[in-house]
Amino acid sequence: MTPQVIQAHQLTAAEYEKIVALLGREPTYTELGIFSVMWSEHCSYKSSRIHLKKLPTRSKLVLQGPGENAGIIDIGGGYAIAFKIESHNHPSFIEPFQGAATGVGGILRDIFTMGARPIAVMDALRFGPLDISRNRRILQGVVSGIAHYGNCFGVPTVGGECVFEECYNGNPLVNVFALGVFKKDEVFYGKAKGVGNPVIYVGAKTGRDGIHGASMASAEFTEESKQKRPNVQVGDPFLEKLLLEACLEAMQTGAIVGIQDMGAAGLTCSTCEMGSRAETGVEIDLQYVPQRETGMTPYEIMLSESQERMLLVAEKGREEEVFRVFRKWGLDAVTVGRVTPDGILRVKDHGQVVAEISNRALADEAPIYDRPHTKPYRSAPLQPPGELPAGDVRADLIALLESGDICSKRWIWEQYDYTVRTNTIEGPGADAAIVRIKETGTSIAISLDGNARYCALDPREGTKLIVAECCRNLSTAGAFPVAATNNLNFGNPERPEIMAQIVASIEGMAEACEYFETPITGGNVSLYNETLGEAIYPTPVMGIVGLMKTAKSTPIHFQEPDRAVILLGGFGKCDNLRFGGTQYAKVILNALWGLPPALDMDYEKRVHQAIREIVAGGLAESAHDLSDGGLAVALAEAGFGSAGLGAHIQVPTAKRQEFQLFHEGPSRIVLSTSQPENVLSIARKFGVEAVEIGVTMKERLRIDCGSETLLDCDLTELMRPWETSLERTLHQT
Amino acid sequence: MKFGVVVFPGSNCDHDAWFAVSNNLGQKAEFIWHDATNLGDVDAVILPGGFAYGDYLRCGAIAKFSPVMQSVRKFAADGGLVLGICNGFQILAESGLLPGVLLKNRGLRFACKPVPLRVETTNSPFTSDAAQGQRLVMPIAHGEGCYVADERTLDRLEAEDRVVLRYLDNPNGSMRDIAGILSEERNVMGLMPHPERATEPLMGSTDGLVILQSMVSAVAHASVLCGS
Repeated sequence: MTPQVIQAHQLTAAEYEKIVALLGREPTYTELGIFSVMWSEHCSYKSSRIHLKKLPTRSKLVLQGPGENAGIIDIGGGYAIAFKIESHNHPSFIEPFQGAATGVGGILRDIFTMGARPIAVMDALRFGPLDISRNRRILQGVVSGIAHYGNCFGVPTVGGECVFEECYNGNPLVNVFALGVFKKDEVFYGKAKGVGNPVIYVGAKTGRDGIHGASMASAEFTEESKQKRPNVQVGDPFLEKLLLEACLEAMQTGAIVGIQDMGAAGLTCSTCEMGSRAETGVEIDLQYVPQRETGMTPYEIMLSESQERMLLVAEKGREEEVFRVFRKWGLDAVTVGRVTPDGILRVKDHGQVVAEISNRALADEAPIYDRPHTKPYRSAPLQPPGELPAGDVRADLIALLESGDICSKRWIWEQYDYTVRTNTIEGPGADAAIVRIKETGTSIAISLDGNARYCALDPREGTKLIVAECCRNLSTAGAFPVAATNNLNFGNPERPEIMAQIVASIEGMAEACEYFETPITGGNVSLYNETLGEAIYPTPVMGIVGLMKTAKSTPIHFQEPDRAVILLGGFGKCDNLRFGGTQYAKVILNALWGLPPALDMDYEKRVHQAIREIVAGGLAESAHDLSDGGLAVALAEAGFGSAGLGAHIQVPTAKRQEFQLFHEGPSRIVLSTSQPENVLSIARKFGVEAVEIGVTMKERLRIDCGSETLLDCDLTELMRPWETSLERTLHQT
Repeated sequence: MKFGVVVFPGSNCDHDAWFAVSNNLGQKAEFIWHDATNLGDVDAVILPGGFAYGDYLRCGAIAKFSPVMQSVRKFAADGGLVLGICNGFQILAESGLLPGVLLKNRGLRFACKPVPLRVETTNSPFTSDAAQGQRLVMPIAHGEGCYVADERTLDRLEAEDRVVLRYLDNPNGSMRDIAGILSEERNVMGLMPHPERATEPLMGSTDGLVILQSMVSAVAHASVLCGS
């Protein structure tokens, strides 16, 4: 092996030496390829693993934590849910439509390979600003790709979030969350158990697409990256739908011992991981692998990332029961090998051995790095750029409402089928998405959130704020947060100041997830999100799920006129320093500085307890948590319902009205009620501030401060810019 | 009464139709696999939404050749009730059981949202329990739901009172706001909106029930007639 070949496989000289030591000889070319994908950052988590261990992963409800295809939570009544989030960032930049589509396909397979039927998808998207036409094309491609795959597969895309920043210009993020449901005693694992059992390949034929996808996802972007388009896989949601039905039906036969999807690193990853988990060996012969191209080499077959494929191990002698199901669905199912006792992945091609590596060496003995980390990188100053100019509340509010991050994302989510399977109780546009479980009378609330501006200012505190916001979203919907999944999107971990961001973010996440009792059950790490040496903001994305009884949910919009409007949690505090990460700073002042809003986790948790009790008691006619854009934006959004109701609000005098109206201090929820006394008394019980700030009224939003009127306008003046902004931006030429 | 819900490879609203009928309507429902050569003892057939055979060629173009469609054709010819929802409507149009075609939405994007509809005729086994002019709200979820036919066909549909549902706010560019139509014999109906997704308060609307309930009434009425 020449150093060039080793480098082309993104292995260091030291890693190569470790391979030689493990094998006791030089690897073959096929073996080198196998090592390169299994030891890639994407598959091995070599830079993040020692830090991920700091995350809490257990609770009474966690049936399966990290390490499997997805985490599993007990939801009672004999049922469980499996869920996870995964990124498809690099492919989505190179080929937005297929990159995003196969991102959806990949995470869906992670869910149904465990035996769970997918019932919800959500996505967290990050793009560069839309005044650049390439970013508009990427957004349109990504959204169509997600719609194409999810809609055809028949899983509702029930929500998500979409944010725009300069730093995603050459590096968009596509993080897809999926959740499935099954009986808790019918869970399947990716284990190659039972020596002598047949190893069966099912689903799509193998082609040359996606070879080295995992290592591509573990490298920075350069000018040459677009030439990697052939590395992006092509998805077929119809085939995936058949694969889903066939797998779930085959699992019912009782003949399946273990099953794993072929995702990143394809046949390589599924064989060695299944063997490693069961402490067995796996022997396959590539001549039996269904192929859609001729003349494929063993290297290509092992490294292909063709989509919609599964590997399963069946009970010996019961193969026909499995084959019968796959025949019914018109899918290939072929025995390609068997489970052996020796712990070795042995790959043959027409009987001739082309690779022979210990499964453990591949799956568990990848190098683990404690990379040097210094102070988290930050480019933003601590102090604001000069004296802040006085604002104009009406103009500022409208500018915020039509800004990319805050404006309505209807243009995006109307392209997603969010009602298929008839479980969607709360779809896109709400604080949290809610899907019911028909079998148990339970519903699952899901919140997906990230705030990279906060994390750019302080990755530790920023990440804690994200966890707090997810849990606040769920609590506002009336759900009890129970578990989380995370997607860590960062730059190059070999840069100590980037590694420091990763470490601080994980530690903040650990602290907050511990405090809010939402253990991490799995997730994904996406590093090297850099283009031409420019890293993205640290962008951890959290997906947190909560449980609630199935019932109609509390809307975010005001429902009746003349109701008391209460700000639960109080007005909060803000100063120059803590204002620099807000949307106001971004949109109105075009700046980023200072620190993220201050979070008191104890207070935050008490706010959650209070709102859950208020919602459970049926006291809130509407409830909406404050986040981007602060109080003024939350009030406007609460006024965008079909009832056409705004509010007349009184705020106390303040040194700076912009701070009071637009600061993003956490732990706050705006609600409307016909029983203000009862709401206030629950708040008191939990030691939470609650202020009656006004009453709902028809058609207008008015904000007074003493005798001065800060804002008084027709709701349509606010709603139209909010509603039409994205479409106007996208359809410019 | 028993509904048969046809399952093509790629159908994805089959379970929703089954659930609406069995759970929310309180009637029997069973699945019919796409290679079935007879429909058994069902009283009515639903062709559900989805992407039959992937719909890669043209929506419904492959499904019309499936064995089960031979049986559905015969069932319809014998007067049986056939309801095609979304992809089911596309399949009925491709099969020639209903006139016209469904093209890509105006705007070329998939659209999922609740839409208001008007009942244009109650002279059908699918709307007999509704009121003339009644407003119904049901979700749509399709990329190719723009109903197109030549002027003569459209005139004839109207003259024969075969337009069952119209959009009040046309979401896809359908000609003359048509959302659902009847066959000449009035026993086959196709519509793009999803009645099965509007069958209980938790779904946000129960307006779809009137379509299914009308079918139950029609079958009950027919069996009384046969019995007498």
